[in-house]
Amino acid sequence: MNLQPATLQKIDEVITHYPVKRSATLPLLHLIQEDIGYLPERTEEWVAAKLSLEPINVYEVITFYPMFRRKPIGRRHIKVCRTLSCALVGGYKTCAQFEQEFNTHRGEVSPDGEVTIDFVECLASCGTAPVVLIDDDLHEKVDCAKAKALSAKIKAEAGARKQESGIQNQTQH
Amino acid sequence: MIAPTKPDLVTVNIDGKEIAVPKGTNVIEAARLVGVDVPHYCYHPKLTVVGNCRMCLVEMGMPAVDPATKAPVMDPATGKQKINWIPRPQIGCGTTASPGLHIRTQTPQIKDCREGVMEFLLINHPLDCPICDQAGECKLQEQATGYGRGYSRFIEQKNVKPKRTQLGPRVTLDDERCILCSRCIRFSKEVAKDDVLGFIDRGSHSTLTCYPGKQLANNYSLNTVDICPVGALTSTDFRFKMRVWFLKQTNSIDTESSVGANTVVWSREGQIYRITPRQNDEVNDTWMADSGRELYKQVRAADRLTVIKVGNLDSTLDMAVKAAGEIFKASAGAIAVVGSGRNSVEEQFLTKKLAEALKASTQLVSRAGTGDKILVSADRNPNTRGALVTGLISALPTQQLTGLAAAIDAGQIKTVVSIGEDLTAAGLTAAQLAKISIVYLGTHVNATSTAAKVVLPTYTVFEKSGTFVNQQFRIQKFAKAVPAPAGATDDLVILAKLATATGATVPTADLAAVWKTIAAEIPALGTISFNNLPDTGLLLDQTPWATLPFVEGETLHFKPAASAETRS
Repeated sequence: MNLQPATLQKIDEVITHYPVKRSATLPLLHLIQEDIGYLPERTEEWVAAKLSLEPINVYEVITFYPMFRRKPIGRRHIKVCRTLSCALVGGYKTCAQFEQEFNTHRGEVSPDGEVTIDFVECLASCGTAPVVLIDDDLHEKVDCAKAKALSAKIKAEAGARKQESGIQNQTQH
Repeated sequence: MIAPTKPDLVTVNIDGKEIAVPKGTNVIEAARLVGVDVPHYCYHPKLTVVGNCRMCLVEMGMPAVDPATKAPVMDPATGKQKINWIPRPQIGCGTTASPGLHIRTQTPQIKDCREGVMEFLLINHPLDCPICDQAGECKLQEQATGYGRGYSRFIEQKNVKPKRTQLGPRVTLDDERCILCSRCIRFSKEVAKDDVLGFIDRGSHSTLTCYPGKQLANNYSLNTVDICPVGALTSTDFRFKMRVWFLKQTNSIDTESSVGANTVVWSREGQIYRITPRQNDEVNDTWMADSGRELYKQVRAADRLTVIKVGNLDSTLDMAVKAAGEIFKASAGAIAVVGSGRNSVEEQFLTKKLAEALKASTQLVSRAGTGDKILVSADRNPNTRGALVTGLISALPTQQLTGLAAAIDAGQIKTVVSIGEDLTAAGLTAAQLAKISIVYLGTHVNATSTAAKVVLPTYTVFEKSGTFVNQQFRIQKFAKAVPAPAGATDDLVILAKLATATGATVPTADLAAVWKTIAAEIPALGTISFNNLPDTGLLLDQTPWATLPFVEGETLHFKPAASAETRS
């Protein structure tokens, strides 16, 4: 496991929050996923050793929750709500729009590596459906036009970042 | 034995019947005591309670008391204390008996609950009982008949899951049949201490799995097959070999170590198909080791002795006994008897009689291994203590017969009677074996039987009845499950004939007669006869041997007395 020192520190700290070590399984998995972006192979063994468990105990938890990923995702995670309210006012269309914008399918990393689009269940903002969560930012009333605008913004940011790193590379040479 | 302290009793009422049960008893066990069946899958008396199958739902009520005065509220209609029934059903396995607890298991609500739970369990369960190996001993099948609605309303597609996963070398898993009761998971974790099983994914996709890269390979893995209430976990060895209702069940004892796990031998038409554990809460609970389940294979092993031989020529029993008698006469005073810790108490008693008649020295060969702290102990002889109790030996046996070897080299011993013991394995060289005449009684070919002058094939534990004394000094009986192969003779018959040939008077070779003599001659066994011995065995007084340094370490339900003393 290739974790940052800050994450390791957080992990050691969070274990102390619980009367039994086993309770720290979920927080640890979240911390690892936040750090690496997904749960790489042998996460089970690493967490199990940390919490004096057997790997199967951790494996059960990881497979139970759909929020845990075993593969890397794009730079941004676009989560489109598909629960009733959003589905009624066009959540599926919003999702299709995002897919078209980034030339990708749900659950896959877009070819430019910028995004991964997923359907999720209720984001608790039914009054402003359809809603989309891009990383930690909630976007409300995302119809196709707004989806297009959001995509354009992401692409623009990506372009700017590329240029910046290009300049940096040039100055380094 | 110190009488166990009387547990605190609480009185509960189940379906109108009052019963006093020990504190902490759960409703399923309490109902069992009044003869009420509470159907269940996930609950197992020897495992922790998880309450995840919901089959054992019951209605529960407590006597009403006035909240303010704590005075009992009486029901004017009956004149008895009113019962406040909880409107929702409770799980029986997770409800412990408390004073005044009232339980109803036969109400329309409970009938509905059971039908509902059964319906959910069956929607994804394959309906292929005719080809399922569990049929006949399947809880799902039995309870679907007893408590199900009888027909299915399910028209959707059933789940598809892995059908034949090899969980380990001895266990095969059919995930579609699994009802997710988690008994196997809890057993692996709590009893076998090998936590490799678990449920992955969730909802109707939940699947029982072994952790990738690991195997359910521990020596207790087949217990998961026994406790699986459905046909999900099956024994790779027994699977699809025989319908269970054709099999005859015979009580037996596991001979692999001095634990003496109680077993059931399942046979049909003289052939054994499997061995499973038999519940004995003082010895093995409901478990046994996998290694003990394979012992039946020795019955039809290729190296089984089935021909009586005298000097390498085929012979008959009477001629062989006569030949042995002549050998004894020729070497009178220079005879040694090597008895066996694998023999029954009765055989060891007759071995002692034979040795006395021959004025021979007696010894046993010990078989030490490492104990696994569960149900295989360090002493791999099932009946070392039987030899002590019968007086065949007075000190603990050794692994090497160095004394005997020296006596042979010195020419003091000219004849050895070996009861199933391979003398080469006990440290005697081929040259030493060549110097002596060997009379060999045994079941399988080995270097000693090959070198023997007289070979008398005997019975395995599955072909005879008898008793063993286990590490707790508990005398336990086993019964004949299958007939012995032609050519083999009952050990008791041979021993009695050999003793008679030397002029001794011994009881006839029949268990009842032998036991009469045993009871008369051995005070420790004075009150016992084979027939009055309970199925769960009888503890003997072990004080005469309390100081002996037995090799066993701690196992389930056993703490070595000697080491406990040294520790304190």
